[in-house]
Amino acid sequence: MISSLKIFFEEAGTLTHFTLRFFKELFIPRYEFKEFIKQAYLIGYKSFPLIAVTGFIMGLVLTIQSRPTLMDFGAESWLPAMVAVSIVREIGPVITALIFAGKVGSGIGAELASMKVNEQIDAMEVAGNNPFKFLVVTRIAAATLMLPILVIVADAIALYGSYIGCNLQGDVSFPLFFLQVIEKLSFADIFPAIIKTFFFGFAVALIGCYKGYYAKNGTQGVGEAANSAVVYSSLAVFIIDMMAVQITNLL
Amino acid sequence: MESVIEIAHLKKSFGSNEVLKDINLKIEKGENLVVFGKSGSGKSVLIKCLVGLIDPNGGEITVLGKNLNEVKGKALNELRKKIGFLFQSGALYDSMTVRENLEFPLRDLSKPKEETDALVLEALQNVGLEEAIDKMPSELSGGMRKRIGLARTLILKPEIILYDEPTTGLDPITSKEISELILAVQKKYNTASIIITHDVECARLTANRMMILKNGTAAAEGTFTELSQSNDNEIRAYFQ
Repeated sequence: MISSLKIFFEEAGTLTHFTLRFFKELFIPRYEFKEFIKQAYLIGYKSFPLIAVTGFIMGLVLTIQSRPTLMDFGAESWLPAMVAVSIVREIGPVITALIFAGKVGSGIGAELASMKVNEQIDAMEVAGNNPFKFLVVTRIAAATLMLPILVIVADAIALYGSYIGCNLQGDVSFPLFFLQVIEKLSFADIFPAIIKTFFFGFAVALIGCYKGYYAKNGTQGVGEAANSAVVYSSLAVFIIDMMAVQITNLL
Repeated sequence: MESVIEIAHLKKSFGSNEVLKDINLKIEKGENLVVFGKSGSGKSVLIKCLVGLIDPNGGEITVLGKNLNEVKGKALNELRKKIGFLFQSGALYDSMTVRENLEFPLRDLSKPKEETDALVLEALQNVGLEEAIDKMPSELSGGMRKRIGLARTLILKPEIILYDEPTTGLDPITSKEISELILAVQKKYNTASIIITHDVECARLTANRMMILKNGTAAAEGTFTELSQSNDNEIRAYFQ
């Protein structure tokens, strides 16, 4: 029990140090713009197809599943607005962040862990370069900025999926669907939902980088880093979401 | 002669395992020191302590006149640029081409592109692999990876090079080529080197002086001939 507590506090201390080092290195030149752009492309653009398909299915399925209940209450016309609020406020950001954690978090964890066990990170260090700035700062910054963009795109595609869903068993024109969505969505729905995605992106990349950067035990460590990066970053997404909902409710 | 590395009473433990107990060592400019020892005897730990990758528990290390205990951050990185380190695996960056691998150590020096290209070409010529410039590490053989690793080490024209098992895993012909390359680098750039190896032929070709590490201390020191013809059976066993 005492040794478990000791390990927990040691891990918490190392993670805190890692996070503080990120903020310190972020603002000190030299700035790795070229690597940042490359990571933004890999993390953002390369995740787009997966996020788009997930978003479309999310909107379509939620609409089809919600219709019978709303019909029972004679509130079928509320379908576009209800689905839009659900997607924009909660489902879009959280599902996209979880997909992002699965793809990007595990990718970062496995890549850095592989570099660690193959001594590539040590090679950068002994050449007098700064591997933390090149590998960690660029990835965390790229993920923090790319996830909100992906969430906005995923929300838009999910709403289009919802429009298709509405028309599978009913008949609603796109202008009418769009009008109902816009009328019911307020600034208070969109703004907090987007803000929290910056934190989701930051947490996913931070945990991926942390697990990869401190990987041990050879190739086994690579698997462990990728696995634990997904598990802990998914958990972090839910915890941040819970905190964000509480804060939004207070405001 | 001018000493480039001085080690005094170096100690390093991992938990209760005392890997280095009391290492004292001096290396002169332009000298090749070969270190023999069983696996786990602390050879790699010794050279990793010299570049600050592992912090020792005690003792003093002076590299190029600077005490490693007192050099931190930017100053340590500046010192590291004067020390080359060839890893056992080559440690090439998988996601970069050979050219990008060689350009990477130069990134903080802000050199013009023409100068960078010339340095990359010179480093590749030194190891005889100019044609591999646009290849990815995955396209290279084990021997080629070692040579490119050495080229990346040479690009900063270091005063000291640390070789961690440079011929391990290579066939005898390629091993001999790498050993000859180590000698050629020593002659061309007058570098001091520590070569960690189990390869007797590599030691015979490259060593000006040898040290045998045993139980965390230097069990024997001398030239290749002195140690290979030692009266101590245990010392002679390393050369069979």
